[in-house]
Amino acid sequence: MTKEGLQKLYEKLKDDANNIIKKAESKPRVLVGTATCGVAAGALKIRDNFLQEIKSKSLDVDVVEVGCMGHCYAEPLAVIDKPGYPPVCYGYLDDGLVHRLVEDFLGGDDPSYEYALAALERNDVFPTFEDFPRGVYEQKLILENCGFIDARSIESYISRDGYSALVKALNESPEWVLDEIKKANLRGRGGAGFPAGIKWEACIKAGGNEKYVICNADEGDPGAFMDRSVLESDPHLVIEGMILCAFAIGAEKGYLYIRAEYPRAVSHVEDAIRQARDKGLLGSSILGSGFSFDLEVFQGSGAFVCGEATALVNSMEGKMGMPESRPPRLASHGYRGKPTVLNNVKTFAYVPMIISRGADWFKEIGTAESPGTAVFSLVGKVNNTGLVEVPMGTTLRQLIYDVGDGLPNNREFKAVQIGGPSGGCLPEKSLDVPIDFDSLHDAGAIMGSGGLVVMDQDDCMVSVSRYFLEFTQHESCGKCTFCRIGTKHLLDILTDITKGEGDSDTLQRLEELAEDVRDGSLCNLGKTAPNPILTTLRYFRDEYKAHIEEGRCPALVCRDLILYFIEPPKCSKLCNVCVGSCPTEAIFTREDGLKEIDQEKCVKCDNCLKACPTEYNAVVKLSPPVLPPEKEKKTK
Amino acid sequence: MQLIEGEKEKILACVEEILGSNSKKQEDLIPILQKVQAKLGYLPGLAMEKIARGVGVPAADVYALATFYNQFRLNPPGKHQVKVCLGTACYMVGGDITLESFERRMEIKEGETSPDRLYSLERVACVGCCTMAPVVVVDDEVEGKVTPTRVDGIMLALQEDNSKGRREEKSGQEAGEVK
Ligand SMILES: Cc1cc2nc3c(=O)[nH]c(=O)nc-3n(C[C@H](O)[C@H](O)[C@H](O)COP(=O)(O)O)c2cc1C
Ligand code: FES
Repeated sequence: MTKEGLQKLYEKLKDDANNIIKKAESKPRVLVGTATCGVAAGALKIRDNFLQEIKSKSLDVDVVEVGCMGHCYAEPLAVIDKPGYPPVCYGYLDDGLVHRLVEDFLGGDDPSYEYALAALERNDVFPTFEDFPRGVYEQKLILENCGFIDARSIESYISRDGYSALVKALNESPEWVLDEIKKANLRGRGGAGFPAGIKWEACIKAGGNEKYVICNADEGDPGAFMDRSVLESDPHLVIEGMILCAFAIGAEKGYLYIRAEYPRAVSHVEDAIRQARDKGLLGSSILGSGFSFDLEVFQGSGAFVCGEATALVNSMEGKMGMPESRPPRLASHGYRGKPTVLNNVKTFAYVPMIISRGADWFKEIGTAESPGTAVFSLVGKVNNTGLVEVPMGTTLRQLIYDVGDGLPNNREFKAVQIGGPSGGCLPEKSLDVPIDFDSLHDAGAIMGSGGLVVMDQDDCMVSVSRYFLEFTQHESCGKCTFCRIGTKHLLDILTDITKGEGDSDTLQRLEELAEDVRDGSLCNLGKTAPNPILTTLRYFRDEYKAHIEEGRCPALVCRDLILYFIEPPKCSKLCNVCVGSCPTEAIFTREDGLKEIDQEKCVKCDNCLKACPTEYNAVVKLSPPVLPPEKEKKTK
Repeated sequence: MQLIEGEKEKILACVEEILGSNSKKQEDLIPILQKVQAKLGYLPGLAMEKIARGVGVPAADVYALATFYNQFRLNPPGKHQVKVCLGTACYMVGGDITLESFERRMEIKEGETSPDRLYSLERVACVGCCTMAPVVVVDDEVEGKVTPTRVDGIMLALQEDNSKGRREEKSGQEAGEVK
């Protein structure tokens, strides 16, 4: 087909899409965020509630489901887009607020700005998200459409110039696409930051006419969900990126490896593939160009190690997901032994915009060595939890204090954990480290999966290390000795420390073993598993020492090193709340009316501490677990 | 876990249907296991043996896959399924304490199903609503900020539902008898 023919075909697709979208947008619409995070917060009920209220008032309003806007702290969320008003986003929705919005805004003309979070377009009446400190630092590339378009309608993607990069590429050549990706210095977002262009080129050089493109959407980090959000909220972006890659390397078949625990992502992607096929954007001779490529979803069964490239391929072949030593690399010996390109969801998502807007545009964002943006799921002790996207080079301080709006209740920052189980903990003094692949690596953390957990003085570093080690130990596939047995011993030592056990050699043993596991393991699961230990030892050694030498957990977390105690002077004899809150009946009323905890029965569940009314705050945790002296006398 | 009456036939029929008539390869194993589990709720030993014969691999290989991947469960799901999130954010605010409270109340350990098959208890990684931590998923409903006292409340509601179920069953039977 000629260039003009292709262009015409695309124009037609776009006109059709625009017509459909325009028609939809001429009506007032309610966009409810129903990605997994929204659903978890009750978005489906909110959607039904809107539908019901709208019906009962016989209004002509469409209710549309969209993905995640990244403002997960305010979930459930909805945007009301009513002609004549700027689209306005409302958070913390409940039945009462839905009722009010339908009655006053959709039925009347009062946008109830007092409940609004922000407007989505610039206007004279109400601030937008860009006016928040967060907006100043955020720059959304991958997440641009997330939460604003109907993920299950290909038209909403096309009407925003979706698939125009594909048309542009088809009009150029595979070499041009590869060149552009190489020039853009797009680095893989799956953790290690390997340049995508070089990987693609190796696959082309491997030769042969059977090649595969695989998208890694395994996302095994137990505290991160960016990839899922992108697939749920804007699946066509990733699909277009994969088609472009296939075009560049000459593959005819591709797979998205999505974990089965992500049913919404699976169904959104499968729908999207079907729609793209219907429009001739996937399948044989895409848009009449003669280039054929098709996609399929493979549901992963949930094993962290399957996120590792070679393990993933083994698991697709029906084997246990165990990594192989490399070389040979996937680029020459991948799926079914054929040359294969495997990239992360986000890596593919950048491809269409690089092709549309050019490598130079991309390189202006971020830093010279790490161009583009970084996407994090920001959780823990921070006000604005959710998905954030900032240019590379933003400092951790900006990310936590400006984008994340700092720690709640003026609590004191202690550490930030980056990169999940393979990452590390950085202290206050590292907060000015810029976020990019190399700086984070130098500081001891890694970009990794993009989980970012903020911790305050109530979080114990030993316990956090233990948590991640427990995870990696459990997920170790058992193929190599260092990882299989080494992580087990590391875990045992950490567990001992949380119990206050150990001697003057313990920390050194821990450190040496951690280094051995790092150096001796076969794949990056084992090589990076010691990171949480090594970084906490580096930055928070005193805390480890307090556990071992004094039997004290400074953060009052490790349960073997604390006890719960009701301070007699603070206890109001008249209140019985703690007694009722105790699941093991460990709290009793003494003869003098004060409450006391039977330490034998106490399971340290924290209930009484939470239950005790704030005006008394009589329950305290003590570490080391020794009762105050006069108290001990009395109990005897 | 003991099979209940009529379960054996159900399992065999289900596997047969999913295996279908055309021959299967190693590559098909994981999708087959996924389908069987979707249908039966878990992978009984009997099913794994039959799948192994159908695909032509040793039963031990199928068992190895089923235990390697977190998605597969070897115990039947309880009538009420409780999943406690132990993702990073939930762990940090005491998800493990919540899990322990459930274990105490249900008298089973994480990963198990109670002998009467009323309850099963699992741990999961990040449900995706870390702001509500600690999070528990009770029969597909997400409950946020679950302290051990709320565990008692949740268990009471489930018990109430069980006894209601029994009452209805009974009255249903009685109505049937009258007919
Ligand atoms: C234990 C382990 C888990 C991994 N998990 C993931 C994952 O969930 N998603 C991902 O994209 N990459 C993961 N990776 C990295 C992949 O091996 C691979 O480097 C990456 O998918 C390549 O894509 P990229 O070049 O686009 O980053 C993991 C690596 C290891 C060692
Ligand atoms: S860690 Fe529990 S919901 Fe994210």
